[in-house]
Amino acid sequence: MDFFLQQCINGLTLGGFYALIALGYTMVFGVIQLINFAHGEFFAAGGYMGVILLSFCASMGFLETHPLLCLGGSMLLAMGYCAMLAMAVEKIAYMPLRRASRLSMLLSALGMSIFLQNGLMLTQGVYSKSYPTVFTNKVLHLGNVSISYMQIMTLALTAGLLVGLNALVFRTRIGTAMRATAQDKVMSALVGINANRVISMTFAIGAGLAAAAGIMVGMYYGTVRYDMGFVPGIKAFAAAVLGGIGNITGAMLGGLIIGLVEIFAAAYISGEYKDVFAFIILIAMLYFRPTGIMGENVDDTRV
Amino acid sequence: MTLEYKKIFQKWALGLAWFYLLLWPLMGITPDGLSFAPSLKVWATVAAGTAFFLFIWILKQQGRLDFFSRPAISLGRSVGKAVGALPNKLLAVAAIAALCLPPLFAGRYVLDVSINVMIYVCLGLGLNIVVGLCGLLDLGYIAFYGVGAYTYALLSINYAVPFWLCLPVAAGMAAIAGCIIGYPTLRMRGDYLAIVTLGFGEIVRLILNNWMELTNGPNGILGINAPGVWWPNWADGFTLEHIWLKKLPYLYYVILGLALFTILAVHRLNYSRIGRAWEAIREDETAAELMGVNTFRLKLLAYAMGAVFGGLAGAFFAARMRFVSPNSFLFIESAMVLSMVVLGGMASIPGIILGTLALIALPEFFRDFEQYRMLAFGGAMTIMMLFRPKGLWPAKRLGQRSEESQ
Repeated sequence: MDFFLQQCINGLTLGGFYALIALGYTMVFGVIQLINFAHGEFFAAGGYMGVILLSFCASMGFLETHPLLCLGGSMLLAMGYCAMLAMAVEKIAYMPLRRASRLSMLLSALGMSIFLQNGLMLTQGVYSKSYPTVFTNKVLHLGNVSISYMQIMTLALTAGLLVGLNALVFRTRIGTAMRATAQDKVMSALVGINANRVISMTFAIGAGLAAAAGIMVGMYYGTVRYDMGFVPGIKAFAAAVLGGIGNITGAMLGGLIIGLVEIFAAAYISGEYKDVFAFIILIAMLYFRPTGIMGENVDDTRV
Repeated sequence: MTLEYKKIFQKWALGLAWFYLLLWPLMGITPDGLSFAPSLKVWATVAAGTAFFLFIWILKQQGRLDFFSRPAISLGRSVGKAVGALPNKLLAVAAIAALCLPPLFAGRYVLDVSINVMIYVCLGLGLNIVVGLCGLLDLGYIAFYGVGAYTYALLSINYAVPFWLCLPVAAGMAAIAGCIIGYPTLRMRGDYLAIVTLGFGEIVRLILNNWMELTNGPNGILGINAPGVWWPNWADGFTLEHIWLKKLPYLYYVILGLALFTILAVHRLNYSRIGRAWEAIREDETAAELMGVNTFRLKLLAYAMGAVFGGLAGAFFAARMRFVSPNSFLFIESAMVLSMVVLGGMASIPGIILGTLALIALPEFFRDFEQYRMLAFGGAMTIMMLFRPKGLWPAKRLGQRSEESQ
């Protein structure tokens, strides 16, 4: 039982990361029906910005005196950086192709993904970089279940970001504009919504969340590598599909489910094949229930 | 007119400023402090490069390059006409004769690169059946290459089965793998298919990596036999002597044969009833179905046929390297084969050969810039989609899916 609970906590932590990445996929797909292949790279770029900024803080000696300030500042800056990166990618690679065939757009996205990944490799090196320790690894024991402070912090941050996003999408003007554009582009343009701005914002918000996930993954596992975006990217896509692509609540739920499944599969079935389970869920889901568990935003031409 | 250019320059300047903002944090912030010189150097290079292309583009817009481009285009056309007037068979014979020559005088390095190019021609043409003819985006194509390679590797190591016998077996195994992957995925369209095939490709790689008893895991399989032939020996009477084709010139002829077979097969398929059905599915699946094309069976066939050529190339790869490991079948290889098809021109056989040459042989001339190769790949893929989505040498018959033109 304790083992089970422990796995639940690990699974939720991992699922939180997937949920944060999946949101970017699902929001972009909701607005322009594109699988943004470069999304995993935003996640990796976020992880790298975290390591760059935190190492800089550490070398200046700020990290020991003001750890929370450094972490918060780095996270905000990294999110901003990835948002800018995503807006640039959208302007260059996707906007001119909005009327072109879906295949061209997908290939353009794939090209951008390869480009960004190699850009990271060229500027930051082939080898993995390790995060400076922000918090000494204190562990909280509840009976036989142990939670590290790191896990508590990532869970809390993830939950905070998810709640914040929900508020942004369902309570603010720009959120309303995003939902309107996702539902009907022509109609939303007629009521005065600037579609280009909304699409830019969608990319920026999605990339910001991915960047936050990147920093937390980097701190959680201790290292980042230039190709770290690829596998989590596919798994997060699986999460987005599982929850019903285009559906924000679904993506959060899907992320948590994928995380839990992966951890339980690794614990009870086989550690080596843990990556396979996310793919199997993805394939089974697309085969049997392509609209996802929450179901939204899929029509005949897309599946 | 000037206002238009002013806008373009404004956009260019804004883009460069944005680019520097993105570049500097990656290059300028180090634990040793902040630095500007390295990032400014890269930035200046990019700025100069884009300025050059912008300048050329503006000259072209104003028609100032016509004195050069008009004669060049008309020269190109007349050469094309002259070549077109020759009978096709003559051209084919001349090309094959020219391709048979290199081993006689070329060095090791050139042969090595040519063998690589021809392996990728086989892969590109195989993928072309799926992507170019049938219009199904497959991002896990390298899995079939892996299946072919491991089929030959295992048969050779465990049962010492000769290469030539393994070729059809490898092709068959790859075709079966194609059907297994194709069957559940073909109900999906477009984007979903792409991501699911990507998932399948990763599953195959993970299996190769983790099934220690069968594949020896990440260590790979060593000591695979080279292709062998019985060669007549006239030294003392007539005997048949068995020799291993280990040397590069022999291997060159083997892969040349395979590549020519692939080109011929894909060409014949393209202009057959099946090929037309595939193209009909690519252009409009619903209309094709209405005209009596069994879309599901033909899409499955496209997958299987594409896999066959991947499997053949894989078996040769195993025989040529005499070593296989899961690391040869990464996603990036799939992306590379796909970019050859896209760069050259989907559904166009000469285009794909051109694309392969551009992506495999060209980087060999720029060895010093080896590390920038994948960066250029990615960039080229996006730029091709923006400016020339039909490829360097577009296919003659190529339309647009009707669902996309809406």
